[in-house]
Amino acid sequence: MAQAQVAAKQSSIGFGKAERKLLTDPLDSNNPVTVQVLGICSALAVTTGMKNALVMAIAVVFVTMFSNMITSALRNAIPKAVRMIVQLIIIATLVTIVELTLKAVAFDSYKQLSVFIGLIITNCIVMGRLEAFAMANGPYKSMLDGIGNGVGYGIILLMVAFVRELFGKGELFGAKLIGNTPEYLLDTTTTWGLGWYSNNNLMVLFPSAMFVIGAIIWAHRAWNPSLVDVS
Amino acid sequence: MGELINIFIKSAFIENLALSYFLGMCSYLAVSKTVKTAFGLGLAVIFVLGITMPINWLINNYLLSESGIFQTDLTFLRLILFIAVIASMVQLVEMVVEKFSPSLYNSLGIFLPLITVNCAILGGSLFMVSKEYNFMESVSFGLGGGFGWFLAIIAIAAIREKIKYSQVPPALRGLGMAFMLTGLMGLAFMSLMGIDPSAF
Repeated sequence: MAQAQVAAKQSSIGFGKAERKLLTDPLDSNNPVTVQVLGICSALAVTTGMKNALVMAIAVVFVTMFSNMITSALRNAIPKAVRMIVQLIIIATLVTIVELTLKAVAFDSYKQLSVFIGLIITNCIVMGRLEAFAMANGPYKSMLDGIGNGVGYGIILLMVAFVRELFGKGELFGAKLIGNTPEYLLDTTTTWGLGWYSNNNLMVLFPSAMFVIGAIIWAHRAWNPSLVDVS
Repeated sequence: MGELINIFIKSAFIENLALSYFLGMCSYLAVSKTVKTAFGLGLAVIFVLGITMPINWLINNYLLSESGIFQTDLTFLRLILFIAVIASMVQLVEMVVEKFSPSLYNSLGIFLPLITVNCAILGGSLFMVSKEYNFMESVSFGLGGGFGWFLAIIAIAAIREKIKYSQVPPALRGLGMAFMLTGLMGLAFMSLMGIDPSAF
């Protein structure tokens, strides 16, 4: 009787402490980028602007959520020997949906993100969560885990993009905030802004993303010392 | 022939998959703690890139393109087919190596399955499509890209082995430092962009 109750509790679709933990853990102590080291490639390539980072973050949340859910629902039917190929095909299908949707809805972003949308397939966050979580848990929990990890990844992406776009181009979401462009230099009436700031071109280049993520990891570990590498 | 060598040098040094495009970063950061394991993974990447690139070229040109055997534009299936080829190739390579060279299999062991989700492999195939290489050029691009990735992971593994003896702030130790190092190496590799491969 007690066992049946426990089983019912586990399979029920509620929202208790355990479910909240699934959503909030990936934001801090189990962050996919800064702790699990997953999904670095796209975090570097698409963070030159907030807009691209936001599109990418939404795409990844969509893919992690549904791939976790579908794989978890099928987990007892997938033979172990071919599970990689089955998982990859589930992911690839979802990514193709995202790619075609973007092509139709936001063609500019689609062109700028180019191969990196396709590379969501090999974004280790997706595959890593499938292996680590969805193959062992029910669809509802897996879905929450997928959302949590997608959002945890998206937050880092937006933080990096914020620094890189603000200091690299002086803009946020394409709107000019600080710094000098030729027309701003000529316009002496706009003295309210930080017109003296000259754009740091290093921030637009790839290596700067490495430095920014390194700094985020540094800050994160200084703030949460339990994550520090002992070795 | 000269053209092929140019592509090899270009893809290995100037457009290095790891340090110029930052592809395959997950395994690059996770498996670069010692030179020995980095060496094994690097070799496996060269091998798999060299095999999957020509196969994906054939698929792209004879199955998916409009002039292929189905006479229809099937390029929307590209991602699914490419990743299926890569996954099955990795599985096949794993079985062949296990059968014919158990010692190599043991040294590569766990790294072979990891390669499936190394984005340098899929990224290489997608770059090959967008650069419109022909068959031999894609072979050269695959081998060159793999060699460049191999060099990059060996280099960072060697630096990480040495930096263990340095006084790094505790919170930056390990992963944080690896990121900073990769950024610096990326800066260094950017200076290679001025090379004109046709001068060789």
